[in-house]
Amino acid sequence: MARREAIVGFIFISPWLLGFIVFLAGPILVSLYLSFTTYKPGLTPVFTGLANYTRMFSDGLFYQSLRVTSIYTLFSVPVSLVTALVLAILLNQRVPGQRLFRTIFYLPSLISGVAVAIVFAWIFNARYGIVNYLLSIVGIAGPNWLGDPDYTLSAFVLMSLWGVGGTTVIFIAALQGVPAALYEAAELDGANNWQRFWNVTIPLISPVILFALVTGVIATFQTFATSYILTRGGPSNASLFYLLYLYQNAFSWFEMGYASALAWFLFLIILICTGILLRSSSMWVHYEGLGRK
Amino acid sequence: MATIASNISPTRRMKNGPGAAARVVRIVIIYALLIGVGAAFLLPFLWAVTSSLRSAGAGLRFPPEFLPREFNFSNYPKVFELIPFARFFGNSILVTTISVIGECLSASFVAFGFARLRFPGRNVLFVVLLTTMMIPYPVTMIPSFILWVRGLGMANTFGPLIIPPFFGPAFSIFLLRQFFMTVSMELDEAAKVDGASEFRIYWQIILPLAKPALATIAIFSFIATWNDFLTPLIYLSDSNLYTLALGINFLRNFRGGGELAYQMAATIMFVAPSIIIYFVSQRYVIEGIVTTGLKG
Repeated sequence: MARREAIVGFIFISPWLLGFIVFLAGPILVSLYLSFTTYKPGLTPVFTGLANYTRMFSDGLFYQSLRVTSIYTLFSVPVSLVTALVLAILLNQRVPGQRLFRTIFYLPSLISGVAVAIVFAWIFNARYGIVNYLLSIVGIAGPNWLGDPDYTLSAFVLMSLWGVGGTTVIFIAALQGVPAALYEAAELDGANNWQRFWNVTIPLISPVILFALVTGVIATFQTFATSYILTRGGPSNASLFYLLYLYQNAFSWFEMGYASALAWFLFLIILICTGILLRSSSMWVHYEGLGRK
Repeated sequence: MATIASNISPTRRMKNGPGAAARVVRIVIIYALLIGVGAAFLLPFLWAVTSSLRSAGAGLRFPPEFLPREFNFSNYPKVFELIPFARFFGNSILVTTISVIGECLSASFVAFGFARLRFPGRNVLFVVLLTTMMIPYPVTMIPSFILWVRGLGMANTFGPLIIPPFFGPAFSIFLLRQFFMTVSMELDEAAKVDGASEFRIYWQIILPLAKPALATIAIFSFIATWNDFLTPLIYLSDSNLYTLALGINFLRNFRGGGELAYQMAATIMFVAPSIIIYFVSQRYVIEGIVTTGLKG
């Protein structure tokens, strides 16, 4: 009986198992191999040892793409997180009409990449765009967002804020999971709003903050469509995101060996970032013994 | 799952709170903030719709208009003349529909195995599955390209877009497995006594019960596939096969496509299906996000 169940079990998971081997594990190993070769499609890969990796460290564009992506991640992830948390707190207040507001904040999350890039290309227009119009109302002369290398990444960070709706929804649910009794207890102890926020809310939703941090970093390191469409990496490589540079190497210049090395390096960066975040979590993430199912 | 989304109620009560005046001030501040930030989120939408309804050739207007003053719908049919919009739309519908069906079928099938059957190595394999969710797409992108294009000769076909969903995308398996775990095992046992095979139990008992969870993954799969830009960009170079995501970018670089009104009309038609689906099935979307974040 147990043996029959085991066989049936494997039949059920076989689509995933097959997909895992053919579309994931296999390609990952091949990608590792290719990263040690010079390979152009149609030719045989030539083993060149660590050449691709040493090349990376003398490649100015590689450094530039790493710099662009890191700066973007460093700003976009925390700013999005704080924005999402503030919005979640606002949306969690008991006032009529919250359903409508939630919808408004969530809608942009349904639209990703291409559509956002096409609309924001106009919104960031230096002379007539909405952003600079709004700035002009308060007397600020807005910059040439997408034309001035000093401002391009700021434009990307601003644009990313438009998509915080998904994280906001998760935070709202987390806020609602904080037991009211804890707030009442804190109030009896004479804690003010601010103290209750720092000592009750933040610890209790910290696992969700960790989740948002990790998924946020993984996602920002893979920014592609917006930079491809909006700026093509320009001006003067100010928005040369890592994945865009990788894509150019692989599919514009067909340097697939080098691109594989870039991909593996990206994988390493993501692993290290995730590792650091998860390790640090023991210091600031609070797990309630109650546990959700 | 259902309770989280429907029970959207505030946690804090104002029991011994300050007086009525203070309460009014608090509500006014909350509304001011909600309306202010809400407007900022809504402006790009309003502006895009307004711009799509203006007569072409006007370009950007300053100051920007957020509410339409003219209702010129001719930009919409014009998009169909400038680019083969109907064909792109059809391609997107085809690719997205097959992907969604493939993902729902395979993910539920695999999730059934993980949730309701015992076999050696099950837990290890499930951890492997969870780990795969962390692997960035670029790592497998190049070998996959070589496999599809050089190995299987499927460049400029929908194959590389629609076949992988049939092999159980990890995220959906995870979501469905969590759902299946909440369904009582007694159902399976009763069915087994009646002589039903595991496949019948999956198809006739568990799958019908899982409709809400299936709806959630169907919507996520729809939105992800509909908006996907990188995969079609890599595999489709024949413009007859373009999906809409490629198509509206194609419009920008096309004759006459630089016009704001046409671009906005095309973009609105591109995002409309996602927005309609969201409004029809809001509940499932919110539940899905919440499950991912809180139980993941």
